[in-house]
Amino acid sequence: MDENKLISAEQFGMPLREPQLMLGNEAVARGAWEAGVHVVSSYPGTPSTEITEAAAKYEEVDVQWAPNEKVAAEVAFGAAMAGARAMTCMKHVGVNVAADPIFTAAYTGVNGGLVICCADDPAMHSSQNEQDSRYYARAAHIPMLEPADSQECLDYTKLAFELSEELDTPVFLRLTTRISHARSIVKQGKRENIPVKTYRKDMMKYVMMPAMARKRHVHVEKRESFLSEAANQMPINEITMRDQEIGVITSGACYQYVRDALPNASTLKLGMVYPMPMKLIKQFAGQVKRLIVIEELEGLLEKDIRAAGIACEGKNLTGLQGELSVESIKHALLGTPMPVASGVDLPARPPVLCPGCPHRGVFYAVSKLGLRVMGDIGCYTLAALPPLSAMDACLCMGASIGMASGAERAQGKAFSKGTIAVLGDSTFLHSGIAPLIDAVYNRQSITVLILDNRITGMTGHQQNPASGLDIRNQPAPAVDIQKLCESCGVTRVSIVDPFDLKAVEKVLKEETERDEVSVIIARRACALLERSTTPPYVIDGCRNCGMCLKLACPAIERREKQVVINAALCIGCGMCAQVCPFKAIKEGVRAV
Amino acid sequence: MSQLSFDLVIVGVGGQGTLLASKIIGKLALSAGLGVKVSEVHGMSQRGGSVITHVRVGDAVHAPLVSLGAADYLISFEALEAARAAAYLKEGGIAIVNTQRILPMPVITGAAAYPADPLTGPPLSDHVVEAVDALTLAVEAGSQKAVNLVLLGRLSRHLAFEEEAWKHAIASSVPRATFATNSKAFEAGRVQA
Repeated sequence: MDENKLISAEQFGMPLREPQLMLGNEAVARGAWEAGVHVVSSYPGTPSTEITEAAAKYEEVDVQWAPNEKVAAEVAFGAAMAGARAMTCMKHVGVNVAADPIFTAAYTGVNGGLVICCADDPAMHSSQNEQDSRYYARAAHIPMLEPADSQECLDYTKLAFELSEELDTPVFLRLTTRISHARSIVKQGKRENIPVKTYRKDMMKYVMMPAMARKRHVHVEKRESFLSEAANQMPINEITMRDQEIGVITSGACYQYVRDALPNASTLKLGMVYPMPMKLIKQFAGQVKRLIVIEELEGLLEKDIRAAGIACEGKNLTGLQGELSVESIKHALLGTPMPVASGVDLPARPPVLCPGCPHRGVFYAVSKLGLRVMGDIGCYTLAALPPLSAMDACLCMGASIGMASGAERAQGKAFSKGTIAVLGDSTFLHSGIAPLIDAVYNRQSITVLILDNRITGMTGHQQNPASGLDIRNQPAPAVDIQKLCESCGVTRVSIVDPFDLKAVEKVLKEETERDEVSVIIARRACALLERSTTPPYVIDGCRNCGMCLKLACPAIERREKQVVINAALCIGCGMCAQVCPFKAIKEGVRAV
Repeated sequence: MSQLSFDLVIVGVGGQGTLLASKIIGKLALSAGLGVKVSEVHGMSQRGGSVITHVRVGDAVHAPLVSLGAADYLISFEALEAARAAAYLKEGGIAIVNTQRILPMPVITGAAAYPADPLTGPPLSDHVVEAVDALTLAVEAGSQKAVNLVLLGRLSRHLAFEEEAWKHAIASSVPRATFATNSKAFEAGRVQA
């Protein structure tokens, strides 16, 4: 929403009070702005997306969407090397993509401060795995801060920039869904005026050839032992003594759960989860009878604490999967029974493709033709669910094309005549180009279907290099996906309108038959972006054959002996009218 | 009946505008000088799946999530979702439910049946349920998108915030062009018997 279009509270005689209620992600952006950040480069990914969106609202900051997290991290690194304060934000799996530059940036260090925000998704609300980014901090020898509410998101982001410049290292800011997507009260400050530092050529620091990198590695280890010692004095690692029976070491969202579940327990709250303040932990351990580590995902803190010879409990009580909660912590530590749901069996409500989604027509045709689908990451992954059930595999961003090539190598070329790789425009630009080149180069015969809806949909409509718009909705050069595929060596690239079901079916049949790599671009804007002006469709003379139900449209419902269209949901795409064998579905009349 | 420390759970179907409702309550609590945390769902489930937003208001709010069996109020934008979230309500908790039904895909495909009466049968039968035809009231107010404001209007009857404070919170949360419609929808929910 455009904030400028809001009615300000002042107009109602009520001044906009400080403090404000902010999402953790918005507070990170605010903290970066207050720290004088100059450049933010990111790729969207739930739950990290709103950091960069919020940063784009500060006009002093140069903010951009990059095609993927690796590019984003490299742009941010380049900016920091050239003297700016820079930040890059991504979800946990995005760190996998960006890991290459990040690991070596730990060696080079920085000039201006460099902060890498990574948002983990315990319980996988919107992710394909539950990996714990804290391992990256250890593996790359990069310090990692973890805030526990929105105020800390702001404060720790500022601190992260200071640490980065003081210690000459990138700094991780680790978030989780319940911090990123929780709103809490934040006191805001002013923007610090940080000038961009002078750029100096420094081969020994920035050219990571073996001879130089060996010297830098020494610096990395020195920095880490210095910080491990300094961590014991950092105020963000804080002991609060209450009852001495139980002492809990925790961080982030878990700290909040612990405070509600065990209000009397003493706590050591870690604001920096790597490196750990081992002396402080020893001191705390000596003051409590029972030491418990409460952490989501891996038992990482617990293992290190044990390795330091300190007895503690942790994962034996809380487990390795999903999110923790006030209830689960009470259950684990106090034996309080877990509240149970009613036991009444209610139908599930999985997410679905929206009414009028252009992906629907494509997957309807794919499902009808019985094609195998090597899938990818985006809204269209939802086509895996019944009744479309049109997906065989989904691994990570851009994997569809490589998987199709690999499957062909295993099963032979005939296999590819019944298989397609499907991915969206943003996912293709993120990491689909190299596997497409691979397929052409290695003489595959796969068919690639690019669902081009002009936007990055699942994460909430972020512009991408093919959108023709930048993050601030200003006109930007648009990548021509057709020409791009052609220049990769694909000899036939077809364009089809996904609303035209017959055309989609025809092109799928033709292209899968071919003995070389072909690309089909199904092009139509996301239904949530370009609102249809067509009135809702109506059914008159339904014979209850159920053909339209195969579209899996949430607006089409079976009621007793006939099917009806829910006018509150239908946006008038008309795909159902195309599949009705009795021509009983027609455009309705616009309500006055 | 009125209180200024409460746990509220807002549920519905992704895309119904549940995030705006929690944003308004958050601003309201903030302007009243109360502690508040709001936990939202972004991402995949916003595509027509079950969505839940947690709102905790009070002096010392730590966890951003409402515990099961602890909610004073449940606002549901859809009947089935109200039944699904019933376990969040504490004893004596109140469910404010839009009577609108949106069929989930397993029901559309015939793999499951929509409950005959989700509002009076278990698991909601143990709780006070205030059923509101918010969709009709919203359409009457000028837009079917204003369902959230009708439901907030209904909730406002239970909370000790002044009507003016609600209006400020609404004004600072919705686009200027839709304020009149949203305000009307709020009033419709507030006065509805």
